[in-house]
Amino acid sequence: MAIPGVGTLGGPGPAGDRGQAGAPVPTPFGVPAPSGIAGGRAIRRMARAITSNRKATAGMVLLVIFCFIGLFPGLIAHDDPNALIYGRSLAPSAQHLLGTTPFEQDIFAQVIYGARPVLLIAFGAGLGTTIIAMLIGVAAAYLGGAWDGVLNLITDVLLVIPAFPLLIVIASYLHGAGTAVMILVVTFVSWSYTARQLRSQALSLRNRDFLEAARVRGERPLYIVIVEIIPTMTSLLVASFLTNALYAVLFSSSLQFIGLGNPAVNSWGTMLYWAENEEAFQTQPLWIIVPGLCIVALGAGFALLNYAFDEIGNPALRPVRSMMRGARVKNAR
Amino acid sequence: MSRTLDDSLTAGTPAGRAGALLQVENLSAEYVLERGNILAVDQVSFEVAAGEFVGIVGESGCGKSTLLFGIAQLLAPPAHVSGGSVRFQGANLVGLTDKQLSLVRWRNMSVVMQSAMNALNPVTSIGAQFSDAMRAHGVSSKEEIAQRSAEVLRMVGIDPLHLKSYPHQLSGGMRQRSMIAMAMLFTPDLVIMDEPTSALDVVAQRSLMVQVKELQQQLGFAVIFVTHDISLVRHFTDRLMVMYAGQIAEFGPTGQVFESPLHPYSVGLLEAFPSIHGPKVPLTGIPGSPPDLGNLPEGCRFAPRCPQVMDRCLTTEVPLYRVGGVQVRCLLQEDGEVVSD
Amino acid sequence: MTDQQTAPQYEVLTDAPLLQTSKLTRHFRIGGGLFSRKTLHAVDDVSLTIGSREIVALAGESGSGKSTVARLLARIYAPTSGEIHFEGKRLSDIKGRADVLRYRSDVPMVFQDPFASINPVFRVSHGIMRSLKLHRPDLSKQEQLAEAQRAFEVVGLTPADEVLHRYPHELSGGQRQRVGFAQALSMRPKLILADEPVSMLDVSIRIGLLNLMARLRDEQGVSILYITHDIASARYVADRLVVMYAGQVAESGPMEDVLASPRHPYTQLLLSAVPDPRAELKVGAHTDHGEPPRVIDPTPGCRFRWRCPLAIDICHSVTPELSELAPGHHAACHVAQSGAEVKAF
Repeated sequence: MAIPGVGTLGGPGPAGDRGQAGAPVPTPFGVPAPSGIAGGRAIRRMARAITSNRKATAGMVLLVIFCFIGLFPGLIAHDDPNALIYGRSLAPSAQHLLGTTPFEQDIFAQVIYGARPVLLIAFGAGLGTTIIAMLIGVAAAYLGGAWDGVLNLITDVLLVIPAFPLLIVIASYLHGAGTAVMILVVTFVSWSYTARQLRSQALSLRNRDFLEAARVRGERPLYIVIVEIIPTMTSLLVASFLTNALYAVLFSSSLQFIGLGNPAVNSWGTMLYWAENEEAFQTQPLWIIVPGLCIVALGAGFALLNYAFDEIGNPALRPVRSMMRGARVKNAR
Repeated sequence: MSRTLDDSLTAGTPAGRAGALLQVENLSAEYVLERGNILAVDQVSFEVAAGEFVGIVGESGCGKSTLLFGIAQLLAPPAHVSGGSVRFQGANLVGLTDKQLSLVRWRNMSVVMQSAMNALNPVTSIGAQFSDAMRAHGVSSKEEIAQRSAEVLRMVGIDPLHLKSYPHQLSGGMRQRSMIAMAMLFTPDLVIMDEPTSALDVVAQRSLMVQVKELQQQLGFAVIFVTHDISLVRHFTDRLMVMYAGQIAEFGPTGQVFESPLHPYSVGLLEAFPSIHGPKVPLTGIPGSPPDLGNLPEGCRFAPRCPQVMDRCLTTEVPLYRVGGVQVRCLLQEDGEVVSD
Repeated sequence: MTDQQTAPQYEVLTDAPLLQTSKLTRHFRIGGGLFSRKTLHAVDDVSLTIGSREIVALAGESGSGKSTVARLLARIYAPTSGEIHFEGKRLSDIKGRADVLRYRSDVPMVFQDPFASINPVFRVSHGIMRSLKLHRPDLSKQEQLAEAQRAFEVVGLTPADEVLHRYPHELSGGQRQRVGFAQALSMRPKLILADEPVSMLDVSIRIGLLNLMARLRDEQGVSILYITHDIASARYVADRLVVMYAGQVAESGPMEDVLASPRHPYTQLLLSAVPDPRAELKVGAHTDHGEPPRVIDPTPGCRFRWRCPLAIDICHSVTPELSELAPGHHAACHVAQSGAEVKAF
């Protein structure tokens, strides 16, 4: 017997509401695809969400540009960023697009090569934060009881301590945090906020029938957390990653700016540090402005891309574009 | 161009056939989605006379809720009315602004939603919500508000001291009844109800239906009642509309539709209810599922599931025929006169 | 695959019924804080029996405790007191992963909401393949796949290998519920706990699922505990009826007996309120607005007494117990037990 009606109708809306006595809640068309999905389908959905949203596309473009710069700096900047040979405080010219520093370094080369550490920190801390937050937050939500209590306590303690002062304290103990240390430090300070968020999301999922179904069929709790819960939270996880990457960029650059990074590592934050030291704002404003703009632009890239994932998570946010154009009410024919 | 709403209110006589409180003509409503526009309601036309109780019945995806919201002008993006008119007391509601609609809303036409918990504000008391509603529609005297609020609550069998209660303090049945009381504040001419009983248990459901019918007979308003449970409306509605895939499948006096259904879908639907009385009979239900509105088959939309399907059904678009007092969209009735296409 | 390998095993250890509960109770502590002393009596002293090859309907409205009973039987909750015996063994004696897994495969559960009971991220084969992996590890991967296809065919999801590869959102509500039954079947169960399996489906599709349940009983020899608030569907498919009110059993007995002569006033009220298009409208009990109580720290006495037109003095002080009023037909009502005729609604 063939089964008609593929691509079917009927089912609750995204909110999944239903009457207590269990009446079917109608929608006039198919069940919308769930918010978090793994696999090839998910990638195509994400690609579509990104390209259909102008803000996300802009964000994607920015990120691609910066990643390219980070991966192939040599293709763009021909000078060595660390070499002290280009002449002191030269004004911008054809050979030195942004001029040189009082230490005879080419500023443009510094900006270009400075992208890589920032990107490493952004992706490294972003991923680290999200993964730790995911494991702790979701486990706390699902396991409940004493586990939830303990994990919550740890999370809350870290959450309450103000992030930036904590960063300063830790970084100052570490005497000049290079890239790897910076990643660890930022991750340590940031995971608690995301853990809270993911815990809330997981809590709202905890009573979904399919989790109870997994339990009744005999699955172990750890299996349920990793295989059944986390894949349904994909879009929230990606959104968290992007947010954490953004904060990693800002936090690490700020630390470097106040001198707690490793000043020998060439990144935008340390450029700002050196420029500020030399009072560049009066003499060579580009030395401060350009790295600052890069930080902003990279951060904006992550933030804009995040818009696409808001929409995947909540279809109600999708703009109804064709409704705005020409949807007129026709009178009776 | 039709007259404005203001004109028709002051003019007194509704346009169109005398006695027709509501005239829906070729109403269509669509959802604008990424994958294209989906027509959820496809040119539905019907009339409701003053004091009439009309039931609209159908299963998931038939469009009945969209139709209801289209009539009440409550469709929100991505849904919108894409064609046709809704004449209420003579004036076309489609295309009016919120300001113009507010003259009609709640005073002459009110809506009862499916789940009171979704429709009631959880952080204000019932009394405050009644008061908001009345103030929004021009009543400002505190005494009048208090008096009327108590009156409508008594009408639905709730002690007026519950005006101070919050929605979560009331039981499910009481919440639904307070929704109905709120709809009665201005004694409207038409009350639209979207599955008001589906969140209730069977005893509370029965009690609510009886209450609604009594109020209707007492106060004389018309009701459009949407539900998926056809057995619920048998004893309450005057006329019954069965919807399928966005169109009217059958529409006629309730007794006639129940006793001698003409559309194979109505037949199947009525037979899908096991009874607690009489002998136990094996039933079959209706195989398959409703069609994807974005991918409709050619010809009759019910054909893939119809036990009496003919070859022609798969290729001919079926018009609505009038047979006896009933409208049926089925080629088996093509001897009748065509009502519309 | 021979018949021996596919047919369920009938291990009747003693004369014990398949499943029996005695005075099963479950309370929840509610209210804020560690010091809250308020207890919600979700299930109180429920004793019911399920035999082999029968469908028992557990009927009641919201707050009656029927879903909690299902979850107690599925070992999602542990009882506050009382016992559950499965094939003569006490459930509390079943410890250790292997035994618990064995019980879970004997007593699986089908859930109410077809849209929430399957993980939307995976293909529909995920759940059933996991079940087979957990409960029938002796089979090879190929054999497990064949079993999954067989289960899908039994429930009417054909062509099985094609449907197995679909995602849940590509199936209708009725199809998803069938997937739930297939998953349960793949474990070669003895008793399926079906928690309102059709109440979220369209009416025209319910009959198909109900017919499937009857077929499972007749052809596969599986017992089913059918939990519902819809008496009409209970009648259609079940052999015996247990009516619950406010956490307790009000009445139980063979289906036709209970429907023909309901002894408990609540059963009568329930039956009178069932919408039946073929019957006359019985308008009674205007003042009863149909709200079952939330049982928090109850006092002794019949929990139906406030709504019962026949309540007598003893109803307010002594909680009635189930007693047999006719062969196999029990009711917990003082008035009925006194021999008087109960004609409440």
